[in-house]
Amino acid sequence: MEEERKDKFLAPENEIRQVAAPDGSIIEVDPLEDYFTQERPKPYKVRKGPVENFLNWARAESLWVLGFGTGCGSIEIPPLVTPRYDMFRFGVQMRATPRQSNVFIISGYLSVKTLKRVIRTYEQMPSPKYVMGLGSCTINGGMYFDSYNTINRLDHYLPVDVYIAGCMPRPEALLAGFAKLKELIKEGKGHKANEYVENFDWYKDNQKKVINDWNMPDYNW
Amino acid sequence: MQDTIKNLTERFGASNMIEKKPGLIFITIEQSKAISAVTYLRDIEGYTVLTLLTAVDWIEDNVFQLTYLLNNPEQITEIGLRVMIDREKAEMESAHHLWPNVEVYQRELKEMYGINFPGSPRIDENFILEGWNDKPPYRRDFDTKEYAENNFFPRPGRKTNDPAEYMKQKMYPNNPSDYTNKKYNPNR
Repeated sequence: MEEERKDKFLAPENEIRQVAAPDGSIIEVDPLEDYFTQERPKPYKVRKGPVENFLNWARAESLWVLGFGTGCGSIEIPPLVTPRYDMFRFGVQMRATPRQSNVFIISGYLSVKTLKRVIRTYEQMPSPKYVMGLGSCTINGGMYFDSYNTINRLDHYLPVDVYIAGCMPRPEALLAGFAKLKELIKEGKGHKANEYVENFDWYKDNQKKVINDWNMPDYNW
Repeated sequence: MQDTIKNLTERFGASNMIEKKPGLIFITIEQSKAISAVTYLRDIEGYTVLTLLTAVDWIEDNVFQLTYLLNNPEQITEIGLRVMIDREKAEMESAHHLWPNVEVYQRELKEMYGINFPGSPRIDENFILEGWNDKPPYRRDFDTKEYAENNFFPRPGRKTNDPAEYMKQKMYPNNPSDYTNKKYNPNR
């Protein structure tokens, strides 16, 4: 176990260290064991009939977007909050922390370095959660298809609900994307978070294929 | 400016002086004398600002060209010192004792070109890339397209058009030769 640990070259905050407890005694803390769960993720229960329809309606009407801009497309998000486009009238609003949001907009190109943070953030969001791929970079790499540092297909690393094509798509296109996402959720097709859990090993393999220094826990919830 | 060039040539064996415009001169210097020439320019000639330190990969000549671009804020002149270093044994003396910000340039060059600067602070740490385990990506023998295809799951069916050919077909589908006849005329 110790040898495996060394191979991973952990981030400094994840290394085993001595901490003073409130009563003054010195205790050893292993962040990977003590601060993070060791359990695999479990899918949430999808109900049937009118109950599920009602839940889906409720989910569709409360979309909370995480304020996380990964690429150049994130410049299209601020106008959405202004009076001109005003996404609040569609029941969409921004939130600063992953623990309180359920829509993740991958805005534009995604470098490997950012992908690491994106995975960690995505896993911290509560289910059911939705991912929107903004711009052609998330679909096939866009103009960065041959870059050594940006991924090509987002759907190999995270389950994507809606793609918005364009380079860059305008705020109107984003609003159309939200409308489409609501439609999908109301039809009961918004359970991609469960897909992520069910194909967890496949997603993790793909993620670890590009992130060479995996120095964080495997389970981040 | 002329005196500076004369001193550089006589005392440091600089050669290949190229004047790009008045007040911007590039001059090539030997690797062993480069740092002393930079120190001389900074301390005696008043070239106190390092605008940039960058590299060019001349793969055909098997050398890297390092350029120290120095600025004299009083005379408003710039001198670019070019240093050719061996590509196989890419190593250069560090200049971090002259300007603290050289450290950042040198870390970038180490990561992107694989040029080592022994003794420079934090030179072995990651700069932008995390966990990079391939050839340094700015070297010209690194094939970025091949790397992306092997690593990043390319989506099949991607097509690339030559822009000139594509516009020819799009604008003059019946007579593509019209395109070449209508040359761009800025005065029209």
